[in-house]
Amino acid sequence: MPAPIRLRELIRTIRTARTQAEEREMIQKECAAIRSSFREEDNTYRCRNVAKLLYMHMLGYPAHFGQLECLKLIASQKFTDKRIGYLGAMLLLDERQDVHLLMTNCIKNDLNHSTQYVQGLALCTLGCMGSSEMCRDLAGEVEKLLKTSNSYLRKKAALCAVHVIRKVPELMEMFLPATKNLLSEKNHGVLHTSVVLLTEMCERSPDMLAHFRKLVPQLVRILKNLIMSGYSPEHDVSGISDPFLQVRILRLLRILGKSDDDSSEAMNDILAQVATNTETSKNVGNAILYETVLTIMDIKSESGLRVLAINILGRFLLNNDKNIRYVALTSLLKTVQTDHNAVQRHRSTIVDCLKDLDVSIKRRAMELSFALVNGNNIRGMMKELLYFLDSCDPEFKADCASGVFLAAEKYAPSKRWHIDTIMRVLTTAGSYVRDDSVPNLIQLITNSVEMHAYTVQRLYKALLDDISQQPLVQVASWCIGEYGDLLVSGQCEEEEPIQVTEDEVLDVLEGLLVSNLSAPVTRGYSLTAIMKLSTRFSSVNRIKKVVSIYGSSIDVELQQRAVEYNALFKKYDHMRPALLERMPIMEKSATNGPTEIVQTNGETEPSVVEPKHPPLVTQPANQANDLLDLLGGNDVPVIQTTMPTKPASAGGELLDLLGDLSLSGGPAPAPAPSVPTSQPSFLLDGLSSQPLFNDIAAAAIPPMTAYNKNGLKIDFTFERANPNPNIAVITIHASNSTEADMTDFVFQAAVPKTFQLQLLSPSSNVVPALNQGTVTQVIRVLNPQKQQLRMRIKLTYTLKGSPVQDLAEVNNFPPQSWQ
Amino acid sequence: MRFLLLFSRQGKLRLQKWFTPITDREKKKVIRDMMTLVLPRQPRSCNFLQWRDLKVIYKRWYASLYFCTGLDDQDNELLTLEVLHRYVELLDKYFGNVCELDIIFNFEKAYFILDEFLMGGEVLETSKTAVGVSMEEADTLQETMEEYMSKPAY
Repeated sequence: MPAPIRLRELIRTIRTARTQAEEREMIQKECAAIRSSFREEDNTYRCRNVAKLLYMHMLGYPAHFGQLECLKLIASQKFTDKRIGYLGAMLLLDERQDVHLLMTNCIKNDLNHSTQYVQGLALCTLGCMGSSEMCRDLAGEVEKLLKTSNSYLRKKAALCAVHVIRKVPELMEMFLPATKNLLSEKNHGVLHTSVVLLTEMCERSPDMLAHFRKLVPQLVRILKNLIMSGYSPEHDVSGISDPFLQVRILRLLRILGKSDDDSSEAMNDILAQVATNTETSKNVGNAILYETVLTIMDIKSESGLRVLAINILGRFLLNNDKNIRYVALTSLLKTVQTDHNAVQRHRSTIVDCLKDLDVSIKRRAMELSFALVNGNNIRGMMKELLYFLDSCDPEFKADCASGVFLAAEKYAPSKRWHIDTIMRVLTTAGSYVRDDSVPNLIQLITNSVEMHAYTVQRLYKALLDDISQQPLVQVASWCIGEYGDLLVSGQCEEEEPIQVTEDEVLDVLEGLLVSNLSAPVTRGYSLTAIMKLSTRFSSVNRIKKVVSIYGSSIDVELQQRAVEYNALFKKYDHMRPALLERMPIMEKSATNGPTEIVQTNGETEPSVVEPKHPPLVTQPANQANDLLDLLGGNDVPVIQTTMPTKPASAGGELLDLLGDLSLSGGPAPAPAPSVPTSQPSFLLDGLSSQPLFNDIAAAAIPPMTAYNKNGLKIDFTFERANPNPNIAVITIHASNSTEADMTDFVFQAAVPKTFQLQLLSPSSNVVPALNQGTVTQVIRVLNPQKQQLRMRIKLTYTLKGSPVQDLAEVNNFPPQSWQ
Repeated sequence: MRFLLLFSRQGKLRLQKWFTPITDREKKKVIRDMMTLVLPRQPRSCNFLQWRDLKVIYKRWYASLYFCTGLDDQDNELLTLEVLHRYVELLDKYFGNVCELDIIFNFEKAYFILDEFLMGGEVLETSKTAVGVSMEEADTLQETMEEYMSKPAY
């Protein structure tokens, strides 16, 4: 059998392969040859074969059949065999294979070998891939070697011990005695590995840490010698003596000085010395400075030293070398919480880094910039960050947009600024913003009452430019639907008002409905907006047409909305103005995100994200009222009445809200027309079983009889509205002492001009005969000028088939009800 | 240091040293990810990246080779650049004006030198000359005047 080809020969051959397939063929052929050679237990060429196998393994081909051969090589007496064997073991074996345990005995023998290089191989292999079991078995040997005077072995034993401790932390104690003299070594290799070992032990055990604190003076001395010593060709790197050892010592000092005043004090001088004297023209000097800064920031250093450290980082930021700038930004990010003011001083440099071409640096600069934003610098910082948002890569945009929103929310100097900022984000990075920004923004806009005209104008203009960014389009359609009247009337104060007609606005909104760019959610927003405009614009017919078209839309969501809105036009047109009224100011609850939003006047409403059912507001509607006709006088203001019946569709839920005005802010219960008790009771019993009012001062205002004629008696009971004391809440209780029921009962009221009145729906329109029950109805009277309360009431009902109608004045209100 | 890789611009692996135990599959994934991260980088970019929870340091060597290493949070990135530089110096001293072919044809030697310089992810010897001395002495122990001893003729 011919000798297997040499390693170099094989490498040369494989490199001539022109295709992957050709290479694979060569490899397979050689593997076959090697396998048969292994089977023959050939000692002479085993080494050569395993070496070839290792090469093929590096190319990515399987080589597991060589694992056992590696073990045989390790067991061989020849150094060449051992060298390749151990290399093979490190490359092909790991602790998951059972095979590796067979190595243990070989390693043990080799650790005691007469040749230090064999011992070195064993230590190296154990220190690289020894499993926990192996480490346990061999820890004693390692410990022995740690105490030898042979520096070649000592340094390897030290790092091997580090590995053992990492694998089996309980064994750490075992190495403690051997560490006694480690630092008195002159050999740099041993010193370095000893410092690594000490670091490992201190990191893992607080006891060890306490024990080794006494080494601080010695470490300081060694470091000092390194700095002060003359040129040593062996260890010199660009004029600095053994930077590797210096950095490791600094790192160990960091661990020892942390939370310990004495140690920190002992190292203060040397740290200052290193920080000021290290040559910074080359990377190596900066590496040492970097480690020094990290140490200064972590230990209990005095403030002068800390300032020095931050200034070094500041200088790093101006360095031409990108790596150094990156490292500075990373370190500043770590210290920005604890030394905020010091880092603030370097703000302008950090902001400049946003313009760096390097991606890694830009990211760090962005993170750090957001950490530095505060109430004082918000305007300037935001300008820079928005500019960054414009020009940065897409991978940054989402994080940057979120950061901008958070910062704006925390530190916005004015509402207009806040809105402008959010507009800017939506127009430049609109497709990258998070979903919850849409409702948050809507809520913000709603609450900035004076900015409505400005906001809707800007949003409208933005829509004209671009309808592809969904969050922007959604917010814009919502605003146009809400404030479209301000838009067409050209009321904007903040900037030049634009001229736009109702038709143009509707064109834009309808455009959104049909555009391919619009997401289904966006379409929903724009349909609702169009619907809302039916109470703000005069082109109602056009809107009716649009809405009816979408009643047969394929999109189920749109279809449902359109059908309900259609119903609103047809059967419930009288409710439409009230339903589609302006949204009131929303109070945001403490937590972020879509949570329950509670109105200031106490009504609850569904979350803003669901614009389908806008709730009723307390502002009076601008509609003519038949009572005006009735009473004729011009001192009677407009009031609002509601229909007593409950339609089954969309308006239904609304009437639930109306019918059960819950002034304390509790959830509105369903208004069953419950049969109330016969005596005039407090509101607490009247409407429902749920206590509606917090304020038991109801007892303070006595009830009164407002009307008593022909068997119909109407009593008023009073309550003060919570939280607004100008609002008097009156509940009427109508009772009927005649023999027959009074059906189709309607109660109406009017108040003088300085008052405002709201009438809610009655519990029923049948007043049962013989005082078997009462009809109750709530009136809310706003009396800001605290004038004497007067009221005219009109009653209509049917008794025994004939209609009855009566008018009366109510003047006997108790003073407490309006004072 | 968790791992050290050396690969060419064409994506061919020349050296791989793993300092923590991981599966073969995981190794392949790391190698693939590192190549994807490093090879497209612009010439004058920052040498540092963030990948998962590791700091990745890479250094271009000649036009066609890349060193790539993954560091723990505590490790000093700037110093790691010095470590990589030192390794290249050691190779250069040993091979005399080292080039990529030297690494290819004498990969086992590259590993031996690495094992005299680093162990378990930490620097073992900081002296420039000591590593060279150890290598020479160990080489003389090789029993045969085989291909392992001679400078390769490729």
